[in-house]
Amino acid sequence: MSASSKPKIALYWCASCGGCEETVVDLAEDILGLVEMVDIVLWPVAMDFKYKHVQAMADQSITATLLNGAIRSTEQEEMAHLLRRKSRFLLAYGSCAVSGGIPGLANEFPLQQILKFNYEEAPTVVNESRTHPQLKSGEDGCEVTLPALHQVVRSLDQVVEVDYYVPGCPPTPKVTKAALGALLEGRLPPKGSVLAPDIALCEECPRKQRKPADLSFTEFKRPHQLLADPQQCLLAQGVVCLGPATRGGCGAQCVSGNMPCTGCFGPTSRVRDQGLKFLSALCANLASKDESEINRVLEGIPDPIGTFYRYGLAKSLLRRKVDLPGPNGAQAGS
Amino acid sequence: MTDTSPTPNGQWKPRIVAFFCNWCTYTAADLAGVSRMKYAPNVRVIRLMCSGRVDPQFIVEALVKGADGVLIGGCHPGDCHYGEGNYKMLRRFQMLKRTLKDMGIAPERVRLEWISAAEGEKVKRVVNELVEQLAQLGPLNLPQKAADWDKELAEVEAKVQAAQAEPVMA
Amino acid sequence: MNATTQQGWNEGAARANAAAQAQRRHLLIEPITRLEGHGKIDIFLDDKGDVRRAYLQVPELRGFEVFCIGRPAEDMPQITSRICGVCPTAHHMAATKTLDDLYQVQPPAAGRKVRELVYNTFMLEDHALHVFVLGGPDFIVGPEAPPEQRNIIGVIQKVGLEAGKSVIAMRRRLRELIAYFGGKVVHPVLGRPGGVNKPLDPKDLPQFQQLAQEGLDFALWTLEVFKKLVLANPAYLKLITADAYTHKTCYMGMVDERNQVNFYDGKLRVVDCDGKEVCKFTARQYLDYIAEHVEPWSYMKFTFLKPRGWKGFLEGPETSIYSVAPMARLNVSDGMPTPRAQAAYEEFFRTLGGKPVHYTLANHWARVIEMIYAAERMCELLHDPEIASPDVRCVPTSVPTEGMGVVEAPRGTLFHHYRTDERGLIRSANLIVATGNNAARIAMSVERAAMGLIKGGNVTEGLLNKIEMAFRAYDPCLGCATHSLPGHLPLRVNIYDPQRNLVRQLVQE
Repeated sequence: MSASSKPKIALYWCASCGGCEETVVDLAEDILGLVEMVDIVLWPVAMDFKYKHVQAMADQSITATLLNGAIRSTEQEEMAHLLRRKSRFLLAYGSCAVSGGIPGLANEFPLQQILKFNYEEAPTVVNESRTHPQLKSGEDGCEVTLPALHQVVRSLDQVVEVDYYVPGCPPTPKVTKAALGALLEGRLPPKGSVLAPDIALCEECPRKQRKPADLSFTEFKRPHQLLADPQQCLLAQGVVCLGPATRGGCGAQCVSGNMPCTGCFGPTSRVRDQGLKFLSALCANLASKDESEINRVLEGIPDPIGTFYRYGLAKSLLRRKVDLPGPNGAQAGS
Repeated sequence: MTDTSPTPNGQWKPRIVAFFCNWCTYTAADLAGVSRMKYAPNVRVIRLMCSGRVDPQFIVEALVKGADGVLIGGCHPGDCHYGEGNYKMLRRFQMLKRTLKDMGIAPERVRLEWISAAEGEKVKRVVNELVEQLAQLGPLNLPQKAADWDKELAEVEAKVQAAQAEPVMA
Repeated sequence: MNATTQQGWNEGAARANAAAQAQRRHLLIEPITRLEGHGKIDIFLDDKGDVRRAYLQVPELRGFEVFCIGRPAEDMPQITSRICGVCPTAHHMAATKTLDDLYQVQPPAAGRKVRELVYNTFMLEDHALHVFVLGGPDFIVGPEAPPEQRNIIGVIQKVGLEAGKSVIAMRRRLRELIAYFGGKVVHPVLGRPGGVNKPLDPKDLPQFQQLAQEGLDFALWTLEVFKKLVLANPAYLKLITADAYTHKTCYMGMVDERNQVNFYDGKLRVVDCDGKEVCKFTARQYLDYIAEHVEPWSYMKFTFLKPRGWKGFLEGPETSIYSVAPMARLNVSDGMPTPRAQAAYEEFFRTLGGKPVHYTLANHWARVIEMIYAAERMCELLHDPEIASPDVRCVPTSVPTEGMGVVEAPRGTLFHHYRTDERGLIRSANLIVATGNNAARIAMSVERAAMGLIKGGNVTEGLLNKIEMAFRAYDPCLGCATHSLPGHLPLRVNIYDPQRNLVRQLVQE
């Protein structure tokens, strides 16, 4: 690797789907400009680099690492620590790294249930011997190992210190460009900032002009239960849209696709738990004053965890269903 | 609420955080005090201007920080000093209970009561009932649970500490 | 020196010598690159230094099928798309079709056509990603080229900057079409039971027709590039047809009523290693034909043909292992429904000696042929008068219970299966993903490649990349394969000597 005065950038993935990688590729023609300005020292999806090189690098010699994906195994934990050590700035890139993401929904279930379904109970599995993957296995003395899975899914900052957050599932090319630009030009905000506008999505929603002055829900409709008007505010049509509780910056893409926001950019800086804040805002605006009618209307939201915490369960106040076993398998009461 | 020291006889006692609205419930609690009504001392009261000010985040944060239960007191329906604040609380509360249940927390641990300024006796009754109920449910102790969960990070962290003590091999 | 010290010294020296021996023969490729996901390869040598056994391990598990429990079924297109951000549209579409089945509702004609349009656009751009960014560089730049060049930048240097830019621009425009209908391209939102959420505005039709035509030109150009750089090179042809990269398994793919390739809808057809049809079934019947086997050394499961039972990692006429993806789809079909693709299909089989083709690396070629079909299908749909109709969705009315749906993802057949309560909340879910369908064959390919290439303990760096090429040809999506808890690990090749010492970690230079 030639010595160069260009800043070094690394992109790495933990428990992720690869969508954040795709977003970087979606910089499209801009990626050629980026490649001129920086040395990409690690990017497994697109480039053949050794990770031994990273281990051999001096501490803090990578200007910035964009790390996407949640942390679920010991190996991901190790990589998080390694890249933290080697990087001047570590960015949590994408909802999974920022707040656990959709894989964080696994915090509602015990790991045992996941393993049991996957290897025994799924209708296609044929496994009379009840074989499960083992941390150590192999035949005739050929021993191979698998990494251990954690009980709990974590965001990146629950494992190492994070300098900046780039939200979204995935982040948009625009937000990514802005973040990289700020980094490379030294225009960084205070440490710990989220690199996206600090205002609710409603502000940039194309339906803002049709937003009602008052919302007063008499029922909630799930998106497939109606033919939604493509111009009118979705909340006004009784569809649960997380726009009011979600940070802007994405350009309201899902709403442009005629579907409600599901909250992937996370909360603004003034909110600690996005799910609870949205619960608060949404429910306060029910029309009814009668408890049983209130409950009937709220049945229109059949899945609170999936609605309020789709991307942020791991980073919510509670983090995980509290009566699930701890690492030693000990049961916890509720 | 980080005090985890046991009570003098070593037994756990339920700890409750109470959010009382200024105009009704807080006044009632004052009344109970002035009237020398005896009720369980396990309650930390936080006064807000209206039960509609109670953000669900406050309730859950209290639990996360170690409360075994949370009590919210507001004005009776129709009597809210600000008009409808208490209805907002009621609506939020119904969904919050469902959410807490899905997250493995017994919904009985959070309780919403309408208590008017004259109902000191009700404050006493409700607090005593909640303490009794929590005693049955047992401690929630979320801080300890979170600490237990994070024990699984210890192995890699120890490895990383050890590696950092060594020089990097080129 | 006294006796204890001497003994201690000797023991220490013995350990150091053993470690040095191990060090010299320890091979590691880390991380495995240019694919979606992570994996680990361990290679064990025998006394002669030949390969005894090789394992491809997939070290991740996410648990989508379990954490979908309790979620509303209509959220599944968006939730399951997070299994993979490279092929989110595949999961999205499989989930959407499953919702159709669940609610016993069919989209209006225009809704179906919009879905097919988006889907074929996705197949075209995703295949292009693989050809130019993921697996293709091995051929376009060369398998033994320096690693710094074995990537999209190296490809651009080889085909020229203008050509390279046009690849990037074409992919961008195709993805903009997907975003037009789906709100965004990574994790789109277009699918609903009984249709899609957004119609095509007639004023936008001309630009998309133009795009489809240019997409077809692009696909045909890609075939020319492939022929020029790969097929015209005898060394590559030898590599493609080498025994190290050949397996005689069964093949599975989706076909329409004329037994021609269709990515969006149809029946699943399976042929054996001689090309004879073994079975043909609908999504609803998948449980009778597909089963999964568990090994202790991988989190990924291995699918096999249920009626034949698990017989191990074997090939030949009795095998129960099948393969999916471009080459398999071509193998099981009687042809392509569009003319230019059909011509390319005929050339493929003519050149490679008839059906079925068993050369794993021929997947790259088959992939390019599928690009042509996808583009031609886009053109057909965009010239269909109904494509711009506003009538693209309906509201389902039945009470849901169970639904199954299947599509052909770029990497192979993808099944979704949900059971719900009467409110449509998921009770249980089962997903069989494309790379899972290939899992057994990929494992065999890695072992076969290792055995074919490592002799007498001689391991070179270019050879390691050739082992990687064995799995890269499948364009594997290991994130999908495990739909596990997110967790990628780098690919490692560990080589062990007969004493089970970690011999060498093969490092790519």
